[in-house]
Amino acid sequence: MGELAAFIILAIVTLLPAVVVVTSRNLVRAAMSLIPSFLGVTGLFVLLQAEFVAGIQILIYAGAIAVLILFVIMLTQGGTGTALRQVNEQQLVGGLVAGALTIALLGLLLRTPWPLVGGTLPRSNVAAVGGAFLTNFILAFEISSLVLLVSLVGALVIARREQ
Amino acid sequence: MNWFLEIIKAVLAALAVFTFLAVVGAMLGVYLERKISGWIQSRLGPKHVGPQGLLQTIADTVKLLQKENIVPSNADAITFNVAPLMAVVAALLAWIIIPFGPAFGRVLVVRDINIGLLFFIGMASLIVIAILLGGWSSNNKYALLGGFRSASQMISYEIPLALAVLVPVMMAGTLSTVGIVEAQRGGWWGIGNWFIFGLPGNRGLIVPGFLAFVVFLTAATAEVNRVPFDLPEADSELVAGYFSEYTGMRFALFQLGEYAEAFAMAALTSVLFLGGWHGPGLPGIVWFFIKMFALVFFLIWVRWTYPRLRLDQLLNLSWKGLVPLGFVLVLVTGWLLV
Amino acid sequence: MQVGLNHYLAVSALLFGLGLYGILTRRNAVAILMGIELMLNAANINLVAFNRYVAPGALAGHVFALIIITLAACEAAVGLALVLAVYRNLETIHVDEINVMKW
Repeated sequence: MGELAAFIILAIVTLLPAVVVVTSRNLVRAAMSLIPSFLGVTGLFVLLQAEFVAGIQILIYAGAIAVLILFVIMLTQGGTGTALRQVNEQQLVGGLVAGALTIALLGLLLRTPWPLVGGTLPRSNVAAVGGAFLTNFILAFEISSLVLLVSLVGALVIARREQ
Repeated sequence: MNWFLEIIKAVLAALAVFTFLAVVGAMLGVYLERKISGWIQSRLGPKHVGPQGLLQTIADTVKLLQKENIVPSNADAITFNVAPLMAVVAALLAWIIIPFGPAFGRVLVVRDINIGLLFFIGMASLIVIAILLGGWSSNNKYALLGGFRSASQMISYEIPLALAVLVPVMMAGTLSTVGIVEAQRGGWWGIGNWFIFGLPGNRGLIVPGFLAFVVFLTAATAEVNRVPFDLPEADSELVAGYFSEYTGMRFALFQLGEYAEAFAMAALTSVLFLGGWHGPGLPGIVWFFIKMFALVFFLIWVRWTYPRLRLDQLLNLSWKGLVPLGFVLVLVTGWLLV
Repeated sequence: MQVGLNHYLAVSALLFGLGLYGILTRRNAVAILMGIELMLNAANINLVAFNRYVAPGALAGHVFALIIITLAACEAAVGLALVLAVYRNLETIHVDEINVMKW
C-alpha cells in the first residue's frame, strides 16, 4: 500500500513538470521544470531497487545536463523572448502524432503477456554493476568512454570563439 | 502501517538535523568565523552582545528577519523565491548520510544509504542549479555574472571532489559512510588505521591517501565558495555576487545553506580520511565534533591567510592541476590495492 | 494493489509521448533538446523496470541504462555547443529560421 502511494506521487512528480517542459512559453521555467521531472525518475529508480542508477541519474541528469541547458538558455537569451511565438505551426499534427504513438505504445505494452520472473536483484548494486561492466559488457564500456572523449573534444572545438 | 512510521521518523530526523545545523552550523559557525578572523587580524571579534559576544549571531538573525522583503520589479517571482529554498534543501539533504558516532548501541546517522557518497556528491551538484537560478532571477547584470562564475567554478571542482572521494572508497570497498568509518577502526591508539595514513596491510597507500585528502579539502573549499575561491561573492568586486538582490530572510537562507554545506564538507572529510568517530580515549561523538570543528577552524584560517584567486587561475587549477592529479591518484590506488 | 511492471511501462509511455510532442512542436533548439532528454529518460525507466521484473540477476538493464545516461550527456554537450555556435553566427536559435546554408 505504501509502495503504491509512493509510486503515484513519483509518477505525478515526473509527468506534471514534463507537461510544463513541453508547453511553457517561458524557457527558463521549462528548464526549471526538467529538474523535478528528473528527480521523479530518480525516485522511480529507487522504487525499482536500482539505487546506483538513481545516484548516477541525480549526479549527471539533474546536476550536469540541467545546468548545461540552463547555461545555454541564459547565454542565448531564450528566457527574454516570452512574447515570441514558441510553438510552430505543426501543433495540431504534432499533437495528433504524439498522441497516436502514446496510445499505440500503451496498448502494445500493457497487453503483451511479459514473462514475469520473481527474482531479487543482487544485494550490492554497485559491485554487481561494476563487475558486469568489466566482464560481460566491456566492449560497450570501452566504446562509450571513447565516445565521451570524442564528444568532450568536439564540444570544446565547436563552442570556441573564432579568433 | 510500517511506511507511515517511516515517514514520521524521517520528519523527526529532518527536524533534528535542521535544529542541529541552525544552532551549531549557523550560530556557532558564524560566531567562530568572526572571532577567529578577528584574532588572526590582531583585533577582538564581537564582544558586546552577551558574554564574550556569544549572542551576536542571534542578534544578527533577528536583524535580518525584520528587514523588508524586496523582490525586484522585473524579476521572475517564482524563481526568485525558489532559489534560496533549493540551496538550503540540497545542503540539508547532504547531511542525511553523515554518521555522528556510536550512541545507545547503534550509530547515529539519519539514514545509512548504501550509495551514501554518490548521494552526497549529487546533492552538492544540485546547489549549482540554485545559485544559477538565483543569479538569473535577480534581473541584475552583476548578479547574473556572479551566478555564472559561481556555477562554472562549482561544476569545475565537482570532478576533483568525486575523484578524491574514490580513493577512500576503493580502500574501504563500499560507498556507505558508516562502512568507510568502520573500515578505519582499530590500529595504533585508534589513529593508526585512518585512511589518510593508508591501509594497515598496505602502507604504500599513505601517498595517495594524503594527496587525496589535500585534493578533497581544496575541492571542498571551492565547492562552498570560500576564499581563496570566493570570486563569485567577492565583496570588493561584484557587490555581493549572485545574492546582491536578496534581502532579509532569503539572504539568511542562502548563508545558512552555505554554512551547512561547509560543515557537511568538513564532517565528510573527517569521515573519509580522519577516521570518523575513532580516536583514543574519548567517546565517539566527542571525537567527531573535535575533528569537524578542527577542519572548520582550518577553513577559517585559510580564508584569512591566502589572497583570492582570479577566475582563470581558479579554473586552471582545477582543470590542469587537480583533475589530472585525481586521475593519477585513482590509478595508483587501484594499482597498489591489487 | 501491487505495483507491477505495467505501471512503470505506462509512466514511461506517457513520458515518451510528452517528449515527442515537445520535439515536434517547439521552435527553440534548446527546447527540442529538452524533449529529447525526456524521451531518453522514458527509455531508461523502461529498461530498469524490465530488469527488475523480467530479468533480475543479470544486470543488463542497469548497464544499458547507465550507457544511455552517458551518451545522453555527450549528446547534450555537443548539441548545446552547436546551438551556441549557431547563435553566435545567425543571432537566432529558432529552428524554422535557420534555413540557409550560408550567411
